[in-house]
Amino acid sequence: MSLDRAEIEHLASLVRIGLSNHEIETLRDQLSQILEQFDVLRELDTTSVIPTGHAGNLETVMRDDLPGECLTTEEVVSNAPRTEGDLIRVKAVLEE
Amino acid sequence: MAELWQLTIHEAHQSLVQREISSVDLTRACLDRIGQVEERVKAFVTVTEAVALPQAEAADQRIAAGNATPLTGIPVQIKDLMCTKGIRTTCASRMLENYVPVYDATAVSKLLGAGAVLLGKGNMDEFGMGSSCENSAFFPTSNPWDLARVSGGSSGGASASVASGEVAYALGSDTGGSIRQPSSLCGVVGLKPTYGLVSRYGLIAYASSLDQIGPITQDVTDSAQVLNAITGHDPKDSTSLPQQTKDYTQALTGDITGLRLGVPDEYFVEGMQPGVRDAVQKAISDLESLGATIIPVSLPTTKYALACYYIIAPSECSANLARYDGVKYGYSYQDTDNVLEAMEQTRRRGFGMEVKRRIMLGTYALSSGYYDAYYLKAQQVRTLIREDFTRVFQKVDALVTPTSPVVAFPQGEKLNDPVQMYLIDVCTLPINIAGLPAISVPCGFSQGLPVGMQLIGPYLSESTLLRVAHAYEQTTEWHKARPEL
Repeated sequence: MSLDRAEIEHLASLVRIGLSNHEIETLRDQLSQILEQFDVLRELDTTSVIPTGHAGNLETVMRDDLPGECLTTEEVVSNAPRTEGDLIRVKAVLEE
Repeated sequence: MAELWQLTIHEAHQSLVQREISSVDLTRACLDRIGQVEERVKAFVTVTEAVALPQAEAADQRIAAGNATPLTGIPVQIKDLMCTKGIRTTCASRMLENYVPVYDATAVSKLLGAGAVLLGKGNMDEFGMGSSCENSAFFPTSNPWDLARVSGGSSGGASASVASGEVAYALGSDTGGSIRQPSSLCGVVGLKPTYGLVSRYGLIAYASSLDQIGPITQDVTDSAQVLNAITGHDPKDSTSLPQQTKDYTQALTGDITGLRLGVPDEYFVEGMQPGVRDAVQKAISDLESLGATIIPVSLPTTKYALACYYIIAPSECSANLARYDGVKYGYSYQDTDNVLEAMEQTRRRGFGMEVKRRIMLGTYALSSGYYDAYYLKAQQVRTLIREDFTRVFQKVDALVTPTSPVVAFPQGEKLNDPVQMYLIDVCTLPINIAGLPAISVPCGFSQGLPVGMQLIGPYLSESTLLRVAHAYEQTTEWHKARPEL
């Protein structure tokens, strides 16, 4: 499986990572090599095998919706890069 | 008598409760040791002297009051991906370089509740992604046995700090071998518990269905002591098992007569170093001499585990690391008014190359058109790998394998070759895929470097694994060997 430059650029846009030209080339080669390693899985017939998403075999855990201890607003925003009062300040998402 | 910094947890505990030493003495001895060797080993992202000394004083009061637990007053290093309230937690990433958690991970608060002394945060491969500790955004951690070689990864800071005597023990985490492989490469004991036995609350997520916290210690008795302290159901982790806590030290009987130990041929892989093979084979015959029955077994899906892991783990990572957007916390690129550009620059500058590689790979495996061929296929193969183990554990009580096919390799050797680096974890990945417990214990040396033996068991067989590892340890001196620094 060999990836082309456009596919790497598309992936980078999906994951919101700006990449330099050099990084795009490096990742194209490396990801292609890694994907080749995955071809081995085709040897296995997995028709009708139930997929495992999780090793634990756990059921969904529910609890009563009761208020309990939680972090303060100051704590919640204490690591935010930009704040205004007890709010997180973000860049404009919608264009005017 | 040994130097204070050389004491195991159980030795230090004896001396503390008999009032031969104080926790402040012990803590200062470890801080002095850090002062002597840290410049060369570089196992810590942050040393927390100012936190440790008051904790040591409090521990001494607790000991005097007769309320000591086996961990009270004893210094620990915590891998820098477990949240520590008020103490910077970086994941060895530029993205979290200045992140200061406002809460403790459950495993951390359990240790602190037991009176542990927090000496600092351990270096690691960024976000746990790597097998050599060279992917730290700050600096690589060296192997205390040969400073030009890697400490292993991703918990390389944890294993190197224990091996070099900077702390009595450490907490690491293991997603594909990240406790066991660095423990093997540094000659210490590393335990990856059953998935769900230790709460993941406050463990910064890499691959949530695989991540598990566990102890890195100088011997097996210490491993059982730390496991006692960190297990237990946690309502804050929805995957936490409902198990009650138990005393794992009761398993350390020294008797393994009649135990059936399987040796899977598939783990003695092509490319394995002869010195590693010899050391593990010798350990297997030692186990037979101790009364265990050795049974050759086969796990035919082993060869598919590497591909299975490198689809599942990056897929989960690509989702987990989507949260680093430069808005809520972490590094944030501000030099633009464009929200999309800000995010792309934040993630470009905040993440290292291996993290970017895995996010890209995972997103590819999950994207429409490739989902069935990669992610779904890997999940189906995951079922087959689990079934392989289930079948084998009907015949044997545990498996014996090498932990790593190679001893510690020179720094830089595999850094630019991800496929070669990924192959290092070939003996440890299948265990995370199946959610099983496994322990790595020192079993000899090759080229002057430590070799580790891995014991793997069925779900919740930690007691059996600790019993076998402890019985083996009683008849050997490997775990007592320490590097000259």
